[in-house]
Amino acid sequence: MNWLFRYANPHNFMRLSGVVLPFTALATVLLLALGLYLGFTAPPDYQQGRTVLIMFIHVPAAVAAELAYGAIAVCSLLSLVWRHPLSDTAARAAAPLGAIFTALGLVTGALWGKPMWGTYWVWDARLTSFLLLLFLYMGYMALWNAIEDETRAARAAAILALVGAVNIPIIKFSVEWWSTLHQGESIMSGKLAPVFLTPLLLMISAYALLFATLWMVAIRTAIVERRARNLMQGGA
Amino acid sequence: MFDMGEFGFYIWGSYGLSAVTLAGVTLWTLAGWRAANRKLSALEPRAPRKETKT
Repeated sequence: MNWLFRYANPHNFMRLSGVVLPFTALATVLLLALGLYLGFTAPPDYQQGRTVLIMFIHVPAAVAAELAYGAIAVCSLLSLVWRHPLSDTAARAAAPLGAIFTALGLVTGALWGKPMWGTYWVWDARLTSFLLLLFLYMGYMALWNAIEDETRAARAAAILALVGAVNIPIIKFSVEWWSTLHQGESIMSGKLAPVFLTPLLLMISAYALLFATLWMVAIRTAIVERRARNLMQGGA
Repeated sequence: MFDMGEFGFYIWGSYGLSAVTLAGVTLWTLAGWRAANRKLSALEPRAPRKETKT
């Protein structure tokens, strides 16, 4: 675990992320451009027609939302076990980004659902568990803001994040465990034609990298804000 | 390539909303970074310096 703590040091994190950030930002733009180009030049799906284009932004948003929650859960575990302050900062910084990706996944899903299912929303297991993810994000952020003492807030938020992590496998396997209107697993099952799979994987990578880039900036912001706060308290 | 037929509202609506949201969250994150740095820069000259005994 020593390597983790070495990079979890705020000074080392600022140095390392400063080097990595331009590359992740550039890779995000390139992957987005390529994914969109291949997506828009793909032929219409034999069942869905051109609405298949929504898949290239809906699925990546949902993956990024779950990735962000996974990041929060891992940081929360590190925080509870090793009490490392950067873990709390990292977990807190990921929450608004994850909430935005979740909301985007829900809205684009609704806009895909209307022409395909005839309805924007249905209370099936996948959609409901994904809506629950949005509530978990909101609750997590509200908890951080509700408790004044940062150490106590971090501990309470970390516990909530770990309890809520149960929802991630539920989202993933909901289409197998219950009969849902939402379609089943298509990426890993090999049912998706390469002409759709390639742009989809590129867009998923782009969204994941966008999340990683914005997350690093958000953590750097929180570190700088903490330094400013310490200076204000020290200079008072 | 850009003709979406009868589903234009749903497809362009999804893409438009995603573009605006992702651009917005990127700008918001960068604005936060700039604001934090401005705040730190304003405070640093006032920070107490360690006195050295000569």
